[in-house]
Amino acid sequence: MNLANMNWLTLSMLLPLLGTAALAFIPKGNVLLTKQIALATTVLVAVVGILMTINFDFNTPGFQFVESRPWIPAFGINYALGVDGIALVLILMSVLLTPIVVIAGWNESEGGRWSAKTFYSLILVLETMMIGVFASTDVFLFYVFFEAMLVPVYFLIGGFGSGERAAAAVKFLLYSLFGGLLMLASIVGIFVMSTRYGNRTFDITTLAGLHTVITPMMENVLFLGFFIAFAIKAPLWPMHTWLPDAAKSATPGTSVLLLGVLDKVGTFGMIRYCLTLFPEASKTFTPLIITLAVISILYGAFLAIGAKDIKRLIAYTSISHFGFITMGIFAMTTQGLSGATLYMFNHGFSTAALFLVAGFMILRRKSSTISDFGGLQRVTPIMAWSFFIAGLSSLALPGLSSFVSEFLVLVGTFTRYPVAAVIATFGIVLAALYILIPVQRALHGPTTPGNENLPDLTLREKVAIAPVIAIIVALGFYPSPLLNIINPAATTVISQQGFTDPAPTNSEGK
Amino acid sequence: MITFISPTLEYAILAPMLIVLAGALIGVLIEAFAPRSARANSQLFITLTALVLSLASLIRVRNSASTTAAMESVTFDGAGMLLQASILVISIIAVLLLADQENFTALASALPGSDEERASLQKDLRVTEIYPLTLFAVAGMMLFPVATDLITLFVALEVLSLPLYLLAGLSRRRRLMSQEAALKYFLLGAFSSAFFLMGIAYLYGYSASTTLAGIHAAVVGGTGNDIYLLLGIAFLSIGLLFKVGAVPFHAWSPDVYQGAPTAVTAFMAAATKVAAFGAMLRIFYVSFAEALYQWRPALIAIALITMVFGSLVAIAQRDVKRMLAYSSIAHAGFLLSGVIALNKSGLDASIFYLFAYGVATVGAFGIVTLVRDSAGEVTDLNRWSGLGKRSPWVATAFAGFLLAFAGIPLTSGFIGKFSIFSAAYESGSTAILITGVLSSAIAAFFYIRVIVLMFFKDPVEDGTSVVIPSLYTQVTIIVSAVVTFALGIYPTPLINFIQSTASFLR
Repeated sequence: MNLANMNWLTLSMLLPLLGTAALAFIPKGNVLLTKQIALATTVLVAVVGILMTINFDFNTPGFQFVESRPWIPAFGINYALGVDGIALVLILMSVLLTPIVVIAGWNESEGGRWSAKTFYSLILVLETMMIGVFASTDVFLFYVFFEAMLVPVYFLIGGFGSGERAAAAVKFLLYSLFGGLLMLASIVGIFVMSTRYGNRTFDITTLAGLHTVITPMMENVLFLGFFIAFAIKAPLWPMHTWLPDAAKSATPGTSVLLLGVLDKVGTFGMIRYCLTLFPEASKTFTPLIITLAVISILYGAFLAIGAKDIKRLIAYTSISHFGFITMGIFAMTTQGLSGATLYMFNHGFSTAALFLVAGFMILRRKSSTISDFGGLQRVTPIMAWSFFIAGLSSLALPGLSSFVSEFLVLVGTFTRYPVAAVIATFGIVLAALYILIPVQRALHGPTTPGNENLPDLTLREKVAIAPVIAIIVALGFYPSPLLNIINPAATTVISQQGFTDPAPTNSEGK
Repeated sequence: MITFISPTLEYAILAPMLIVLAGALIGVLIEAFAPRSARANSQLFITLTALVLSLASLIRVRNSASTTAAMESVTFDGAGMLLQASILVISIIAVLLLADQENFTALASALPGSDEERASLQKDLRVTEIYPLTLFAVAGMMLFPVATDLITLFVALEVLSLPLYLLAGLSRRRRLMSQEAALKYFLLGAFSSAFFLMGIAYLYGYSASTTLAGIHAAVVGGTGNDIYLLLGIAFLSIGLLFKVGAVPFHAWSPDVYQGAPTAVTAFMAAATKVAAFGAMLRIFYVSFAEALYQWRPALIAIALITMVFGSLVAIAQRDVKRMLAYSSIAHAGFLLSGVIALNKSGLDASIFYLFAYGVATVGAFGIVTLVRDSAGEVTDLNRWSGLGKRSPWVATAFAGFLLAFAGIPLTSGFIGKFSIFSAAYESGSTAILITGVLSSAIAAFFYIRVIVLMFFKDPVEDGTSVVIPSLYTQVTIIVSAVVTFALGIYPTPLINFIQSTASFLR
């Protein structure tokens, strides 16, 4: 590991902050320059993220690009960063999505309470925190990012959203804070336990051994503190009610970051913190969690079928998808975990595609009700095709990226929990319904009056949506680069804590 | 024949307190002899100089420790030094708020609504007595956490309380309310002082001593009658819990916070808490540590009730000062966990928390002084709506202080909360930890509601505006905000300093 590598994560977190600082010096009136600086910064961060991925050595287990400095030594807290394959993939997803969001939402800041400067400063600060939350290898540092990132999102929803934006923002914040405070109790618990057993630290690698010394009861309680926080964030039924409101009220770009990246912190946390720190407790609660996950899959799908609002529809589909991800994680098999991680990545892009195209549609029609659309295929073919492909990706059509991950999750779950896997498969059938019904209503059929003169996608919008669709299609046919990064990390998580894959009766494809 | 031993005093160690007292006396002389026009500026100068000099002399003796600074009635140690320093720093930034005379009545003795009052306002008279009063209060506060003799402790309690009673009644607007608050504060305060004295009497009966060390010896020896010890602890605690505003001895605080001039509220809310909790920590850590089974269950119950009650009732408040009062009650509950912890981390965490909370409180009240209409400060929360649009910086700073109160990471409040809860949990109190985080969640609700009001609601056109802050007020707010965020982002130097210094000398 050379010195240049060591600071990559910090560099990628520093760049957006520098961008924010640069924005501070721009006169308020110069909106264009503000946007250009924001775009340039996010593109630069994305380049750093890609370079980091290329330099990532996927044959080495453990954390890479590690960096550790004492932060609050009195409490054993370090500014410690590092990524394994799982974290790297999620960081890559975040840094790729951010510039896309900036391009697609070029004019999003205009309907807000505050200036474009505020909007892009919030986005850039959020990007720093998104990288930090995935890159932390110190539990305390993770918590700081986990909680602090609520603040920019809160202002993005409340300040730049539409409709009942203030109420939605508050609901989002209160749910998250409640979960966060439960997690704080668990973190205090970890702190005191690690002190009691002689090693005052928050280092995740060291803490992975903590479960061997604390009582099972304590492990269960600490586990719940983390898990409830992540289940609210992910969100899992019945802690999901904040998500549709937040997604409906936020701008499409914010929704992409909210559902695509922030909610992944929940599922990522389940892998990194629940499974790694509390393996026995995870096993104890697995039946309950798998049940909740299956309920989420079906419940989200049913609500999506009944949804009249296009943004709420996407939010409900996400609840269903997060059910799949959670199920894959707690199946505790290598395939399930790899599938869940790949699912997180793919869900980021298919949701981004859906939200962004939905955003373009809403912008033109000035309505987000599905029944107001109709016959878009004839009027705006490119927009309609984009929505169609995004929808197909969401329902996991073979050949598109989500199929691979959904298949892996189901296979991984089936080897251990066949019943859950079989019930979850109905979720796929329902997915076909909740995607194809709105596709039929909005894109096909006679053109609804008022839609005849809608303009098709502009060049900027095409530039934003093209890479997303390209990634969806490319990974559908050739997912192995990502799986190569993910698999060793998934194997490590599974084996490190004494989980074993059940012996397969048939060999499974990967 | 009585032999009289002349007292020996360690002046270097007492100097910080003596300097403040000297400043107060000079202030009294200025009131008596200086012409009216020259008073305001010279008083402010004297006050600030006294406080800064006191801080400087405190820094000079920061490494000394002595139990005999004043014939065993004052013990100077690391914890005492840190508490005194916190009181001084908080007082310095709070005095800058006092300097804004808009807050105070022109002539305290004039009846509200009388011709005399109108004349005094026309003549633009100023009550400059506030400065020496403040200095007396600061001196009492500095003595309070280092006093190790219960009699001295009582004297300190009165020295810090009496000026505050007066200061609370000096508001320029809504004077009747202010005077009512002062009277209420005084009566209830006198009542609690009586309890405090009663406690001293019982403890003397128990241990035949009024010094903390003597009581500690009696507790360890276990020869006295435990009933007296229990009654003594109970009555003494009532006096102290009144000062920190813990439930059920909190009834005065919303009214006094609301009625007192906001600058006084800022000073009182922040500095009194440091002094009272400092004394409480010393008494319980030094004298009663070995009798913990007798007082800890009761104190845990009070802490739990205080956290939950403060957070719940704050939700219903429509007045920003009352809301901050109930929030300070909730914080008193959090701070009690530091007393309950009864370990080194509890002491460290309490001192950090007291300092961080005090600074943020002064800043928050500093902002309250800025939101005004033609009739004075606007404390009705509904009229704060849209503040973020009118004055983004003021609203952002207030939001920052609220986030610190709520304990959001990257603010000082978060580090404070984390360390105090972990100290309480380390000592085995799971109830404190769970109730603490849950009431923090409740508390977050009303802090966020204010943020929503300021940023997401449209301004109401009723003449509410944010005045341009005077230079003094600006300094107060900026310093508080910088400290609040600096301690959230990089608290290491202060935590290390506290950890290496804070200890009680028995």
